[in-house]
Amino acid sequence: MATTRPALTTATDDRDAIVRAPDGPERPAETAGERTGGDRMAGDGWHVNSSLALITVLLLVVVVQGPIRSALAAPVMQSWMTVFVAVVLQALPFLVLGVLLSAVLAVFVPSSFFARALPNRPGLAVPVAGMAGAVLPGCECASVPVAGALVRRGVTPAAALAFLLSAPAINPVVLTATAVAFPRRPEMVLGRFAAGLLVACAMGWLWQRLGRTDWLRPPAHARYDGRSKGAAFWDSVRHDVMHAGGFLVLGAMAAATLKTVAPADWLRTAAGNPFTAVGALAVLAVVLSICSEADAFVAASLTQFSLTAKLVFLVVGPMIDLKLFAMQAGTFGRGFALRFAPATFVLAIAGAVVTGAVLL
Amino acid sequence: MFLVGAVLLHAGFTDLYLRYVKAGLRPLLLAAGAVLMVGAPAAVWYEFKGRRRHAQQDRREDAHAHRVHDDGPDPGDEHDHRVDNDHGHREARISWLLLVPLFALMLVAPPALGSYSAMRTGTALQQPYGYAKLPASDPVPISLVDYAGRAVYDHGRSLRNRKVRITGFVALDTKGAPYLVRMALNCCAADAQPVKLALMGDIPPVLRPDAWLQVTGVYTPKQTKDPVNNRPIPYLQVTEAKPVPTPRDPYDESWNR
Repeated sequence: MATTRPALTTATDDRDAIVRAPDGPERPAETAGERTGGDRMAGDGWHVNSSLALITVLLLVVVVQGPIRSALAAPVMQSWMTVFVAVVLQALPFLVLGVLLSAVLAVFVPSSFFARALPNRPGLAVPVAGMAGAVLPGCECASVPVAGALVRRGVTPAAALAFLLSAPAINPVVLTATAVAFPRRPEMVLGRFAAGLLVACAMGWLWQRLGRTDWLRPPAHARYDGRSKGAAFWDSVRHDVMHAGGFLVLGAMAAATLKTVAPADWLRTAAGNPFTAVGALAVLAVVLSICSEADAFVAASLTQFSLTAKLVFLVVGPMIDLKLFAMQAGTFGRGFALRFAPATFVLAIAGAVVTGAVLL
Repeated sequence: MFLVGAVLLHAGFTDLYLRYVKAGLRPLLLAAGAVLMVGAPAAVWYEFKGRRRHAQQDRREDAHAHRVHDDGPDPGDEHDHRVDNDHGHREARISWLLLVPLFALMLVAPPALGSYSAMRTGTALQQPYGYAKLPASDPVPISLVDYAGRAVYDHGRSLRNRKVRITGFVALDTKGAPYLVRMALNCCAADAQPVKLALMGDIPPVLRPDAWLQVTGVYTPKQTKDPVNNRPIPYLQVTEAKPVPTPRDPYDESWNR
């Protein structure tokens, strides 16, 4: 099908391909054509366009900065911007740290190592993989491709999924961030670790019991095959920073809006009842899609809510949110994500509430 | 990415970062900024170097792919392209959002949280662990959070017969009553909470919200309740008030110690 495409395609085709890139089962011929040498050139063209566009936007904003400034002078906007910038600024170092570590893992540790390290019996492999997730640092955006690679290299899907869920929730970077965000509540760190591991293992076993392989579409390509280590490393870093950074900005915007615009009593009403508090923060965790390395700070800022509700926020957020759903659908297929995500959501709430009842 | 790193470094090297996050995050900010500054050119360099080789490889792979494709569509096929797409266009549209905080920082540099946030949130005064001995000077420089803690939870025992000097910003409630406020934070401005002090006595006739004041005054047992969360707010009998510039670190970070 790719041969039917002329070698010289325009950049427009290429941009079409980008628009459809996130998902969509009807993959048009254009994307296939992208693999030809001619389209690679078109790809180059797009990159030039993107930097051109960047410069244009920069110039434009500098030119019209006066009106923009006065438009943003209202106290609501000022508070919004301050909170927004603050969330982004404090999360970025953790994001960069996580991205670096995950790039090291993805590039310098051979995947066969993971396969060898895991027990052969799937029932045993699940908790081991869950614990491995606790030791291996990474943001949830990084854990999806790593889990995909694990499945492809022959690791039991149940174990890979336990890793997928536990890695972003309970790794040392995230736990450190949690400890920093809750300086006077060390039990939050413990609760997050216990609940995260519990839910990850439960999901792994659930998959082993009920899961069917035809729901899962394992990735067929290795991301880093055939390239030098340095190239793969920096490529991974850049990809993760740009992607996760973009989603982080989105989450920060939502969080800032919530903090400055949402009527304070609206949240307080939700926080007043323990059931609505848990429900509200669980939904919030999904909608906000905050990176697991930063969500503890957002949780700490939701001062009206009970600790259990905050724990639900911290456990649900790294396991399932809007951006993770998109990434899982992209890596493992939509059929998988549609079944996996709701189950994770319910189990994560249950696990966090139980842990909260025991520990907090 | 390079821009993000540059802005991080800028915020870290100036005191700008203190408006948004606690002082302890500074080394992390600087390190992250440095990594991004190094990483951006490195990624571009490798991409540039790799692309030519990649193109050749792709042509070979393509020839192979066609043979497979000619046999008819297979389910794994769809996925190939998805991965490949991911390869070719790492900067999806979502990354453009990274520009928003950059503009916010570079052009607007929003001020630290002020009276607007303070009056929307209830006072966050916590019972202190203990009370350090106040220095002997007169008046005593004391943080707003410290004063409020002593006034409410120690019934002002250590404050009797002492003149205190407190710095904070002005906030007015809906009835126009003046408060002196300091935002206290755990980590960043997103979790900042106000600690409020109601002013009485010799108050300047015109008070602008968000203006920073250094007030000198004496303890008074009078207290009021914060209408937002019904927590106690102590009063301060003001004898003198003068405007001061915004302090270097506008937040109270005593919770972090």
